[in-house]
Amino acid sequence: MVTIAVRPPRGTTPDSHDFPTRPYDLVKEFVIALVAMTLLTAVLAAAFSSPDEKAITMQGWATADPADVVATATAELAGTTTSATYGAPYNHASDGQKLLGLPLQKWGGVRIPVDSADLVLQPLEAQTGNDAVTSAVQQWRAASSTQQQAWATGYSDALAAAPGGDPAKAATGDYGPVPELAAGLLAVAQSGGLEGGLTSSGNFYGGDQTRAMLLLSDGAYLEDLAVAQKLGGDQWGMMNETGNYPGQPWMWLYTFWYQVQPFSTSENADALVWGLMMVLTLALMFVPLIPGLRDIPRWIPVHRLIWRDHYRRHPSVRR
Amino acid sequence: MSTRVAPEDQRSWTVGLRTRLSTLVPPGQALPDRQPAYVASWIYVFGVLSLASLLVVLGTGAALAVGGAAWWHESSLGHFVNSMHLWSVELFFATMVVHLWGKFWMAAWRGRRALTWSTGVVAFVTSIGAAFTGYLSQSNFDSQWISAEAKDGINSIGVGAWFNVLNPGQMLLWHALLVPVVVVAVVVWHIVLVRRHGVVPPLDALPDSGEGR
Repeated sequence: MVTIAVRPPRGTTPDSHDFPTRPYDLVKEFVIALVAMTLLTAVLAAAFSSPDEKAITMQGWATADPADVVATATAELAGTTTSATYGAPYNHASDGQKLLGLPLQKWGGVRIPVDSADLVLQPLEAQTGNDAVTSAVQQWRAASSTQQQAWATGYSDALAAAPGGDPAKAATGDYGPVPELAAGLLAVAQSGGLEGGLTSSGNFYGGDQTRAMLLLSDGAYLEDLAVAQKLGGDQWGMMNETGNYPGQPWMWLYTFWYQVQPFSTSENADALVWGLMMVLTLALMFVPLIPGLRDIPRWIPVHRLIWRDHYRRHPSVRR
Repeated sequence: MSTRVAPEDQRSWTVGLRTRLSTLVPPGQALPDRQPAYVASWIYVFGVLSLASLLVVLGTGAALAVGGAAWWHESSLGHFVNSMHLWSVELFFATMVVHLWGKFWMAAWRGRRALTWSTGVVAFVTSIGAAFTGYLSQSNFDSQWISAEAKDGINSIGVGAWFNVLNPGQMLLWHALLVPVVVVAVVVWHIVLVRRHGVVPPLDALPDSGEGR
């Protein structure tokens, strides 16, 4: 029987089921692939292991950098930390970031309320037997917000001016109970009592670390350690991992934008990068529908390499 | 013998779903023992390797779940299983990216395969979410720092209230249950579409070219 090749209109693709076939063992190929990937995984795991840098503890923070704990506690009372001025979802202190002028962060709402002063006061109020701290908390609670602000800001400035931020070298002044409160939180942290103090909140099962993480990341200690591990935002951040491990290379495009203008210096960098990545992801998803983008494989004929046997057998097939 | 379907059964949701499922993939194509002759390139292996490494990811993840959240910190066996989990994820992404690039240069969305391409992209993006929540579930320094950094991005678009990266309990549930369910569902959908439409022919190939005869 003679068959006549009828060329379909350009741009149409014939049904793959109409093409000549040859024997193929799909199950065998998959079993071999599964065994190969399992063995390769085991070899890589045995050779390179996996990183497990221990989590920072509040006690470790207080021992390694007590001045940072005192400065952070004071700034929480003054309402000047990152979390205190954050906005949604923690508080109403600011509108947060915007995307094309739209305050998406604010629209998300304050659904995880966090009072920055309570990050200091709550662990101290849970203590018993320390009259000086109890008295300091009472004095703070009884004062007006203006007075509280003046005390905490004054002490914060004094700490910033002291050599090494050492509270012992801070200039004297009217700081109200703030030095006692900050020193009290440092003492609780050094004793190990701050572990869980912000997470259990009276519950036996304290699984939510939000408040503890906000306090920790308001200090300089966590970021200093991260930067030393090349994990800073301007060091490709989350793409990396502690130690010499591959980390998350699949996030290169996301972290890339933080390294370049205008994102690297923008107040709205996070919202801009997320917005851009959503657009790029949709573009990748809808490549088949986007003229120009979907034509690149026809313009740059890498497919001639992929199907080189086919094109060698059928040299007359046009590109 | 054919079974007649009564008119009232034709409106049945069950009959409708059964009919739909039975026609998803052409007969013999779910597990074919032949393939088009033009399928002759190492690039085809990477789809299968992605699927194989995903199974290793799921298996090692299940073993870690059985051991509990702290097991891998305290036991050398647990640490080894965690290492396998990490490296299978690395292999999964490596093979998936090669697979994706290969399919791009093959313009594999031709011939009503656009949804096959899109489900593949969704599988890739969802897998990034799975890996990301995995890093947040490690309960170590990486988890602390990544959560502290990531909260700003997620909060900036108003999502942080429902997807709180600072809550490791929530992230562990996303990582061990919610995201894997989505990844597996999308991958199954993707594979059904691949089997349904077959492997895309070379550009401008003709079915009656005599190839393979």
